[in-house]
Amino acid sequence: MELFLISVIILAVLLLAVAVYAVMQKDLLYATIATGIISLILSVLFFLLQAPDVALTEAAIGIALTTIIFVITIRNTSRREDEILITQESEASKIDDKVKANM
Amino acid sequence: MKKLLVLLLLAVVGYSLYKPLSQVEFGADRIGDIENPTTVGAYYLSHTPSDLSVANVITAIVVNYRGFDTLGEVSVLFLAATGIGSILYRRRKEGEHSETITQPSSQLLQAGAKLIYPAILVLGAYVFIHGHLTPGGGFQGGAIIATGFLLMMMSYKDFHMNHTVLTWVESLAGITFVSVGIGGLIVGKTFLENFLAIGTLNDLFSGGIIPIIYIAVGFKVAAELAGVLDTLLSIKEK
Amino acid sequence: MENIDINQILGIAVFGASIGLILIGLYAVLMKKHLIKIVIGLSIIDAGIHLLFIAIGYISNGTSPIFSEKGISLVSEGTKMVDPVPQALVLTAIVIGFGVTAVALSLVIRLYRHHKTARIDQIKTLKW
Repeated sequence: MELFLISVIILAVLLLAVAVYAVMQKDLLYATIATGIISLILSVLFFLLQAPDVALTEAAIGIALTTIIFVITIRNTSRREDEILITQESEASKIDDKVKANM
Repeated sequence: MKKLLVLLLLAVVGYSLYKPLSQVEFGADRIGDIENPTTVGAYYLSHTPSDLSVANVITAIVVNYRGFDTLGEVSVLFLAATGIGSILYRRRKEGEHSETITQPSSQLLQAGAKLIYPAILVLGAYVFIHGHLTPGGGFQGGAIIATGFLLMMMSYKDFHMNHTVLTWVESLAGITFVSVGIGGLIVGKTFLENFLAIGTLNDLFSGGIIPIIYIAVGFKVAAELAGVLDTLLSIKEK
Repeated sequence: MENIDINQILGIAVFGASIGLILIGLYAVLMKKHLIKIVIGLSIIDAGIHLLFIAIGYISNGTSPIFSEKGISLVSEGTKMVDPVPQALVLTAIVIGFGVTAVALSLVIRLYRHHKTARIDQIKTLKW
């Protein structure tokens, strides 16, 4: 019982710490990995709280698939959160034309 | 100013979550007497072994008691897969091929992926075939199989999911689900009624229609998630 | 040390963690400018709500709701099973949450394709 108590408390504190890190981190790839770690800790907590089905679902979907779709999105967009867009008028209109051609 | 308002809102939300939860006693017995059930949870716990002879009560709830809900859930997943395909659609230029990965992966990753890929598929199939006996089921097994496909897609440049096959698997699994449900309507009284022999508890062939439906759900979820991952991986912006 | 209730400490830890996750996620959704950060905030809110549901269904010294022995009649001699209903609901919610996240991220990719930025304070035009 003591072991259960200590491990649940440690996991709860870790959960909050990793969540704060995921929100505060400017590099989105690190934030995404932190989101995966939230799912990992949550999966262990579900197992400790006698919910093995939910733990298995969270392990398969939360850790692997959600993380990978975030990574794919970051590959196709920008990586830094504080990225400043440098726009010049001519370039912007060229981009617009290209997008319209693709639609 | 905005930060102040947001903090105020967070304080209100936090207080309104804290106040009711402080009344809730953690770990208290909330489902009551199992022999004479007064709550839904106690009813499910007491009736699952005798009515359905399914060892895993959560499977019994997801597939049988709330089977219609699960049908809606797989439809939502199907809609999500279709929606992603239509949102990200763009006409290809002449001679342009979509590539899953832009750089070839290392020899080590390729050899390891080829070694571990069949094991992942077998694990996923095990999880959804034994969904009524052990923790797991169609959703978990389907997600594990999709993870195996993902590993191959990321390791090999020319590994692609065949979308025709995926569509067929998905449609057949969905048709199986609905026709088993309609079979319940024909033989018994209600949609998704358990009309097959339920067998004995803890046998592989027990639970009537529950293993059939969960296997169909497993195939459907695996095909849908693999389709989503293939769509997302084959777009290239830069 | 005997008069301190273990369940009370556990309740503070687990309920506190879930309320904390919901608030952190809400903060990210409301304050962050980058669209991917907003989706991360949504998935953190999801995680908090799932933990809350499982914690409400937990019964101390209970076992998971899976019958193990052949021919066992019911829950016997003082062993309790935890409430299966919240677990079934959370099972559904996790899968739907994945679908929601995937659609949201594909919308982010589509917005980036048009505006060449994913920060909402740099998206000037409303039309796309």
